[in-house]
Amino acid sequence: MAPKLPPQHSLQHSSTAVAGGHSQHGHAAQPKGIMRWLLTTNHKEIGSLYLIFSLVMFFVGGMFALVVRAELFQPGLQLVEPEFFNQMTTMHGLIMVFAAVMPAFTGLANWMIPLQIGAPDMALPRLNNFSFWLLPVAFTLLLSTLFMPGGGPNFGWTFYAPLSTTYAPPSTTFFILALHIAGISSILGAINIIATILNMRAPGMRMMDMPLFVWTWLITAFLLIAVMPVLAGVITMMLMDINFGTSFFDAAGGGDPVLFQHLFWFFGHPEVYIMILPAFGIVSAIIPTFARKPLFGYASMVYATAAIALLSFLVWAHHMFIVGLPLTAELFFMYSTMLIAVPTGVKVFNWVTTLFRGSISFESPMLFALAFVVLFTIGGFSGLMLAIAPADFQYHDTYFVVAHFHYVLVPGAIFAIMAGVYYWLPKWTGHYPNERLAQCHFWCSIIGVNLTFFPMHFAGLAGMPRRIPDYALQFADFNLLSSIGAFFFGASQLIFVLVVVMCVRGGKKAPAKAWEGAEDLEWSVPSPAPLHTFETPPVFNRTHHHD
Amino acid sequence: MADNNSVQSVGVRRTVIRTVAALIGMFAFAFALVPLYDVFCRVTGLNGKVDTTAKAIIHEEVDQSRYITVQFITRGSAGLPWQMSVENRQMRVHPGQTAEVDFTFTNNSGAESWGRAVPSVSPSSATTHLRKVSCFCFQEQQLQGDERLTIPLIFQLARDLPKDINTITLVYTLYPVHHLAKDISKNDNNTIGDSI
Amino acid sequence: MHRSWQRLLFITSTFGITQAHANGWNMPVGVTDISQDIFGLHMAIFWVCVVIGVIVFGVMFYSLLKYRHSKGAKAASFHEHTSVEVLWTAIPILILIGMAVPATATLKNMYDSSEADLDVMITGQQWRWRYEYLGEDVAFTSNMSTPREQIRGEETRDEHYLLDVDEPLVLPINRKVRFLMTSDDVIHSWWVPELAVKQDTIPGFINENWVKINEPGIYRGQCAELCGVNHGFMPVVVHAVEEEEFEVWLAERKEAAEQEAMGIDREWAMEDLMARGESVYQAICSSCHQRDGQGAMPAFPALANNDQLINNLDWHIDRVVNGVSGAAMPAFRSTLNPVEIAAVVTYTRNAWGNETGDVVQPAAVAERIAQ
Repeated sequence: MAPKLPPQHSLQHSSTAVAGGHSQHGHAAQPKGIMRWLLTTNHKEIGSLYLIFSLVMFFVGGMFALVVRAELFQPGLQLVEPEFFNQMTTMHGLIMVFAAVMPAFTGLANWMIPLQIGAPDMALPRLNNFSFWLLPVAFTLLLSTLFMPGGGPNFGWTFYAPLSTTYAPPSTTFFILALHIAGISSILGAINIIATILNMRAPGMRMMDMPLFVWTWLITAFLLIAVMPVLAGVITMMLMDINFGTSFFDAAGGGDPVLFQHLFWFFGHPEVYIMILPAFGIVSAIIPTFARKPLFGYASMVYATAAIALLSFLVWAHHMFIVGLPLTAELFFMYSTMLIAVPTGVKVFNWVTTLFRGSISFESPMLFALAFVVLFTIGGFSGLMLAIAPADFQYHDTYFVVAHFHYVLVPGAIFAIMAGVYYWLPKWTGHYPNERLAQCHFWCSIIGVNLTFFPMHFAGLAGMPRRIPDYALQFADFNLLSSIGAFFFGASQLIFVLVVVMCVRGGKKAPAKAWEGAEDLEWSVPSPAPLHTFETPPVFNRTHHHD
Repeated sequence: MADNNSVQSVGVRRTVIRTVAALIGMFAFAFALVPLYDVFCRVTGLNGKVDTTAKAIIHEEVDQSRYITVQFITRGSAGLPWQMSVENRQMRVHPGQTAEVDFTFTNNSGAESWGRAVPSVSPSSATTHLRKVSCFCFQEQQLQGDERLTIPLIFQLARDLPKDINTITLVYTLYPVHHLAKDISKNDNNTIGDSI
Repeated sequence: MHRSWQRLLFITSTFGITQAHANGWNMPVGVTDISQDIFGLHMAIFWVCVVIGVIVFGVMFYSLLKYRHSKGAKAASFHEHTSVEVLWTAIPILILIGMAVPATATLKNMYDSSEADLDVMITGQQWRWRYEYLGEDVAFTSNMSTPREQIRGEETRDEHYLLDVDEPLVLPINRKVRFLMTSDDVIHSWWVPELAVKQDTIPGFINENWVKINEPGIYRGQCAELCGVNHGFMPVVVHAVEEEEFEVWLAERKEAAEQEAMGIDREWAMEDLMARGESVYQAICSSCHQRDGQGAMPAFPALANNDQLINNLDWHIDRVVNGVSGAAMPAFRSTLNPVEIAAVVTYTRNAWGNETGDVVQPAAVAERIAQ
């Protein structure tokens, strides 16, 4: 692996050899066994905990999705009752959003941000430990609602009032508590990430020198700080409506159910960018590596990410085009939503131009990143269609919407996470993942994902509403395909687990710089990265300017 | 090294203080959005929410050239054995003209109970142009067993009602109010105070 | 009226009709001017996306094939180009403006609140629709009529499986019909794709929409907003007929309502009440309390062998007439007429082993509803 390009930054390696041996923090007394993991304050160990947790939850949420797809395999009610079906759709959404995608990104942030900015650890290591361990508590509580009388939450992951308040099952109070805990975890994680990025960069590294994964996470963390408290506020109001007789969302007491939707989507729209911005960062690291060419338009990538984040606060009511907004509001939210296509387009054009005249190889991280670009863009196109308010009167709450957000979240967020895992596994474990199996995982996933979600576009356009346990006969073919695809996709993810487990246990040894074209700071420490890195800050030298 | 560390920890502390302040601010903001939303609705007529406070009649010239149809719809809801009816289900008025219509509440059960009529106006763009001089919106009513009560609604349509509106629908939905016995008198005083 | 963009929409929509309609893969063109405009917008934005996609993915796949490392491609090192970056920011903005103009015009049409020829109030209720022809004294509920046996796979599913109702909404063509929409419990959404009307019904609030149907026919849709257990079983059927036919239908409905009103005063035999009660129960009550009165706890209590129901006639009638606030049990005083209430109460008091022998006369119910 001979480097073809001059390295972008050179390092004065004084710190990177601090492998295991000598340690400044007195880790000799470190607890063993389970206590070690319970009490760890090391960003790498906490990062691994987050990633393992999210992988487990990915399978739990996936099982719920498969229950849904199994019931929808053919018309009629065969396997589950509508009541349980609704619990499954709700839990699938909640688990995937709050317990799979978000913790996976936080896990990657924990592992990679200190390594990418040359920091010894996160700024607040003990807080880091606490914010992770809130998650198992939150989601054990959430999952336990399934066994409570009346069942778990059955009102969709968007939990619109009054279905989720006046008409909700008794377990809703526990659902609210679980979401509060998960929210606190995200908020603490976000504080930690902001504090780390703003204060712990290697000497000489300016903001505009940071890798894009760090940039996108910084912006994501600000979004989290801004909107998680709003979510906390909304569910607190729900809690009060349910238990203390207030009427925030109850028309009978002078409240307004539509207020719930405004508040929820004020959180909810930035939330969907929380789930995609770090993905942009990962892809922006991988594509230049395997194209062996610097990322095109670094500065415009940063500005585009910031623009998307800012616009995300001005588009929330595009989820509410049919609740009866006045004409001026419809127009405003239609225009602002369409505008988001511009910075998003800039990003896609930048990635494609990075590929142009590169020297491209197709290792598994690159395959997932390329699939991300194509399939996320398709999800973006359907998003643009949904932005057209008059047309949204037809698309809204149909499978077309389901197809849209699964395209941006599965081959979007989740493919980016998998790309990131394959990309950084050599750094984490010291071994390359088994390339043949990883490629097999890729091709199975790509077939599965498209077979599952592409037919949903047609089902939606043909008129199939979301969240129904049974459907009219004209939707049968689309659903049959989707269900087959879903089971295939689900099974393919077992290959992913196999690859990761094999990689942890052994495999081809990886050097410090595991990929020929990789340039960021994390590739300057040995593979596997020792428990403690950059205890003496590296000195960051720019060899060319981004700006 | 030590220097660097202390600079860093000062920076970290500052960041934490600022983000926590932002968090508290955003949490408060979420609750502030509730009254803000109400104000916003009242100003823009969003969602057909109606200004619940009575307004003075504005003496303006009646626009004889336009007739507006005003429909009244009354709806019951579960849990309240009341009937609400309106003397005219529809009336035609000129913008600027003051009109009156009587609503009658009847308690069909033998026991006393509390209810509240929640108004909504369609189209929502008309909401801000409907001035209620006297009304019972949102106000709690108490009816003894088998009691019947008639309350007038006096209203005026503003002259600047948008040109494309020629039908306005005012819907009242009657909801039960559940009180603990001891709260009743207190609430009663409060609501009557500001509305009629 | 016919501005150039409208012609454009017309062209794209007629293009679309030949292309993709009929086979159920695409959005229906529909039978109103608005639905056709929407279809035109949908096809226009679709083709815009296709063109952009072909260009972007074209460049991408060209690069992937041409500049392969394995073919010895040498990487260039450029990473910025201001004028290109400005260009690909500006061009999408122009395309978006091009889309926003016709979308805005269509949206304004959809919000046209000029006078309508007919006002229909649509009320969502867990899990049925109630239609009220304002000023005409005609009102009825519309329940799904697909039998349970078809859902459970014990019978062959017919063509309109899950999309059939006992009483469709009948509307005249070529007349502007205004819909006023609200809900008795949770948020529902009334949707008929071929009319391009989808509007949330929100408890306590009123929403407005309108339709002017161009062609007679039967148009089917569903509730689009998750509204609880039977959200999937809440179809909408609109029967659009010629204006004269509509007038005849309306007159028949009024007469039937008068007939029914006369039935209030006469003394009913128990068998008649039981027969009528059973049909009302199966249409209205069985979706929650189940066909055998066993209920589904915790939300829907059993009626069979329910001691409170058996021992307290007054309480029983009160529940049906006035409902339970904050629960799925609506107040049927405005949904069912006194004959239907009397019949269904009589039925539930004498079915599934509830052998009270009570006969509730419509006149007694009528007295309770309006004194």
